[in-house]
Amino acid sequence: MTLQTADAQIAPPRAGLAKRALRELRRAPPSALLGLAILLAYVFVAIFAPLIAPYGESEIVGSQYEVWSEKHLFGTDQLGRDMLSRLIYGAQNTIGIAIATTLLSFFIGGSLGMLASLVGGWIDQLAGRLVDVLMAIPQLVFALVLLSIFGTSIFNLILIIAVLDSTRVFRLSRAVSMNVVVMDFVEAARLQGERIPWIMAREILPNILPPLVAEFGLRFCFVFLTISALSFLGLGIQPPTADWGSMVRENATLISYGDVTPLLPAGAIALLTVAVNFVVDWFLHKTSGLKDER
Amino acid sequence: MPPVLRTVLQRLGLGLVTLWVVSIIIFATIEMLPGDFAKAILGQSATPETVAAFQRQVGLDRPPVERYAVWLLGVLQGDFGNSFSSAGSLAGHERTVSSLVTPRLKNTLFLAGMVAAIAVPLSLALGLLAALYRNSIYDRIVNLTTLTSISVPEFFVAYILMLFLAVRLPWFYSLANVDADTPFLERVARCALPAMTLVLVIVAHMMRMTRAAVINLLASPYVEMARLKGLPPWRVILRHALPNAWAPIVTVIALNLAYLIVGVVVVEVVFVYPGIGQLMVDSVASRDIPVVQACALIFAVAYILLNLIADVVSIATNPRLLHPR
Repeated sequence: MTLQTADAQIAPPRAGLAKRALRELRRAPPSALLGLAILLAYVFVAIFAPLIAPYGESEIVGSQYEVWSEKHLFGTDQLGRDMLSRLIYGAQNTIGIAIATTLLSFFIGGSLGMLASLVGGWIDQLAGRLVDVLMAIPQLVFALVLLSIFGTSIFNLILIIAVLDSTRVFRLSRAVSMNVVVMDFVEAARLQGERIPWIMAREILPNILPPLVAEFGLRFCFVFLTISALSFLGLGIQPPTADWGSMVRENATLISYGDVTPLLPAGAIALLTVAVNFVVDWFLHKTSGLKDER
Repeated sequence: MPPVLRTVLQRLGLGLVTLWVVSIIIFATIEMLPGDFAKAILGQSATPETVAAFQRQVGLDRPPVERYAVWLLGVLQGDFGNSFSSAGSLAGHERTVSSLVTPRLKNTLFLAGMVAAIAVPLSLALGLLAALYRNSIYDRIVNLTTLTSISVPEFFVAYILMLFLAVRLPWFYSLANVDADTPFLERVARCALPAMTLVLVIVAHMMRMTRAAVINLLASPYVEMARLKGLPPWRVILRHALPNAWAPIVTVIALNLAYLIVGVVVVEVVFVYPGIGQLMVDSVASRDIPVVQACALIFAVAYILLNLIADVVSIATNPRLLHPR
């Protein structure tokens, strides 16, 4: 089903990619446009963080917990570092790590899923049961167990979350590519003697891309929230790296004095995930061909 | 054997197997510890003798299969071994994991029960209304609010509530520090904010899923048929829709109670609530593996059991299996 709609989307005469994209954008609902604008703003801030930020990432520029002023727009944190600069650098670190994790998770889950559907047999069975077991334990709990063993570092964090999250990607990519591997062109490629990685990358992947792209947005949100939650618990990204989750934790005491500053990094996390959700919602509607449940 | 019973038994067996495999995984985590682990726990000043004593105490000098069997037998009797926090101290001063976990577990169950008692009826009602008045203003507002509250982190909701309802307007306790002697009513009052946070997050999930399930159901041909043959609406819902609705409704509830298990970790930390989630986070930070294992096992068992219950109920209420022909 998804396949046909995907084909229908790709097939029409290529009237210039930019032109088509523009046409789609004009028809997009306001929520999606808003989400897209927010996303672009985040990406911009993340890329040009060193140019935008008034102070360095972990530079101590004042006394502890200074109030909002002209010199320090959002005040300073528990060590006297500029809050605004930390927020800006946080965009780079937090989003960067989340994207790296999601990409890794898609690489693992996607290739295993395609492999399982292509090869079938005991490999498919083994991978499927393994995923079942991994998914039987709540992800955050599992991540906590693994972190307690391997210790908290950014590398471990990325690896652990990516592996745990790849289970969902595996299920999706296996299910979608099951419909593709029975097609004639896959059989032809096999008979032609192509190797499995080649078939996966050139024959299957292009055909299962649209659902995977939508899933990428959702998984990114999930990974991003999980990492933020872990950082907030003090077990994710470690200081002095500026990161929104840990910033909430470090400045949480301000809440009891009625100060909204700790809500800024939390709000930054929330706004980004809401924006991604808006865009994904629209994308899902487009690719699934669903009009509205009526 | 009637088909319902057979399917239920199959599902129960599968659940047991899952539980067993999960117990192996959680046990196996201790096997993956790096070699210098004893040093990390005992500190840099540990002598070779204390390291050896620690390894003997943890049981690292025996084969893994034997240790697993001993561990599993202990766990089945509620004995999770000793906490590492007392490791290296003299014999007789060890703290058992269960003495740490039990009071915390009670607190968490109290909070989770309170949340479930509020959230389940509320979200079922909201979801049903949203489905019945689909595409109305009410539906759209509810849809947008829930989409937003699903996608924000729990600690954001928690701190907003704390800031506005406990600090700016001093209506509630901002910290939920209770102990075993706290009387029931005060306990409820102190748990108000954490419970509210979890209710907000869960209701959003549950309501959206209920709405989708009911919409799906009302669109099915037999409901339309029942309507077309002129049955009164209450009869359509009670006789035709409801028997098929139990499965999705129970699944929705179970999935979200399972979600509660994870949400509770973050919320407990925010409100400094002495529950099992906070215990687990503290133990992960101090790398107290036996406590982490116990907490993880409890969370995993609760999660698996909830999913199992959902499956069994949906099998047992499936009209096609109940009236086979």
